[in-house]
Amino acid sequence: MTINDVREKLQQQISQLILSLDQVVQMYGMPIIQDKNGNPLWIDVREMTLRYQIPIKKVQKFFEGLKEGKILATKCNKCGTIYFPPQDDCPKCKISGLEWVEMPDEGELVAYTVINVKPPSFSHYQDYIVGIARMKNGINVTAWVNSKEVKVGMKVKLRITKREPENYLIYELVPA
Amino acid sequence: MRNVAIIGTGHTKFGVRTDVNLQELAWEAIKQALEEANLDQKDIQYFVVGNVGSWSAEELPAVVVGEYSDLTPKGTMRVEAACSTGSAAIRDAYLAIKSGEADIALVVGVEQMHQAPNPQVVELIGRAGGYFWEFENFGLTFPGYYALHASAYMAKYGAKEEDLGKIAIKSHHYGARNPYAQFQKEITMDEYLKSKPVAYPLKLLDSSPITDGAAAVVLASEEVAKKITDSPVWIVSQGVASGTANLSKRTDFTHIEAAYLAAQQAYSKAGINFEGAWRFFDVAEVHDCFTIAEIMAYEDLGFAKRGEGYLLAREEQTYIGGKIPVNVDGGLKAKGHPIGATGISMAVSITRQLLYRAPKGTQVDVKHGMGISHNVGGTGHYAYVTIFSTRRPS
Repeated sequence: MTINDVREKLQQQISQLILSLDQVVQMYGMPIIQDKNGNPLWIDVREMTLRYQIPIKKVQKFFEGLKEGKILATKCNKCGTIYFPPQDDCPKCKISGLEWVEMPDEGELVAYTVINVKPPSFSHYQDYIVGIARMKNGINVTAWVNSKEVKVGMKVKLRITKREPENYLIYELVPA
Repeated sequence: MRNVAIIGTGHTKFGVRTDVNLQELAWEAIKQALEEANLDQKDIQYFVVGNVGSWSAEELPAVVVGEYSDLTPKGTMRVEAACSTGSAAIRDAYLAIKSGEADIALVVGVEQMHQAPNPQVVELIGRAGGYFWEFENFGLTFPGYYALHASAYMAKYGAKEEDLGKIAIKSHHYGARNPYAQFQKEITMDEYLKSKPVAYPLKLLDSSPITDGAAAVVLASEEVAKKITDSPVWIVSQGVASGTANLSKRTDFTHIEAAYLAAQQAYSKAGINFEGAWRFFDVAEVHDCFTIAEIMAYEDLGFAKRGEGYLLAREEQTYIGGKIPVNVDGGLKAKGHPIGATGISMAVSITRQLLYRAPKGTQVDVKHGMGISHNVGGTGHYAYVTIFSTRRPS
């Protein structure tokens, strides 16, 4: 399944709704329906599909790192702060161009949840576990936990995986 | 700096309000607040509109509300602070009056979440944290954020599912007595335990609903308030703090640091000791978007020691007649959580409580003449703690 397949699945549902809206317009002369409380609602006929473009130039190295099998954070040489998610500016020291360091792969789960009610854009996944792990360097990482059993305090490892079905690289937590 | 008082309140029925559009809904609350204050639009010098939006069609809500309510051409702005938007809107008008920029200002919070289909609302709220590192790749939902806290809290302190259930049962108990509440129905522990999982360990009955609603207050300077009313409710102090967008940047998941900091500020300005702070208040409104949030609020406000908030719930100390009545209007859980209106709804509930105007079965005993609201935006992305009193601040 590609990103386009995922999109087409969602679009099919939308098309169904539009077809019924067309019928409403034909019957009633205007895009007005009644909701379950009997209140008349005008159904917006202007649809906006929005997909953002997020600049990543300043942290491009993180994504190059993923391709090379490394999960990178940034580190300020002046104050020693480690940033994950990585950022190239240290606002404490007001300097940029931070050093790139590898995140340790060992950590401990400090919080987790299982997402049962999913947003539509995640509806093609099985229920997933999101956890926050405190890594050996004291820095937290939020990621999916790929495990049957999960509990606060469990030892986890951070590793790179391929996000299916969209087929892109991302990191996840697995039992140590 | 001048003292600021609430001199009028307005509150719509919360719930699915597809019988009105956004501006009509706001007007319901504005009209009530103006009538209570016995003022006309011409008397309002400035108005603030709290609205998060994106689920509703109007892109510039302050403008359409101003036009519909005949408040144009008075100065206005739209305020957003996630679920604490209402308190942030109050803050803007409060500061305007405190500083002498205005003598009378109106604040309205309005949200119509049902303009968008529920799945899209789930999507939009989920995007409300650190977008790229939490939502884009890991699909955290809003219940998911609080569920992370719930799992950490339960693991550390041994709170049980039933302790969370106690919060939901109390909210519904009082919601059933509040004619403005979305859910006017009591629930049992059995119903709670059997309710559908949303984000483990949180269930549907741990969660506040998707809601439409509006609430409004009219604020005035001391000089003006005294001319208009015999029963002003004063804003004694307000604390405000923020937290990181990315939850992973937090060090602790068993409390909401921003709320704790906001409480410290509000208490310090009001001369209240954090330890035993509950002794000062007749009533509290705390941000219970999920049951776990109310338990953490007890601790962040100093009503209970760290790790003991769930015991207050277990021992039913936050019902009327207990140590401190909390969310006796049904809370966000049963009253509903129209995000932009919530903070103002809290202020309206406390004002009406302090003036003995709460609905039957929800009125507390007013001994100290003081109430407190705790309004958290996101999961502690924003926090506002506001103290109200019938006594004029010295």
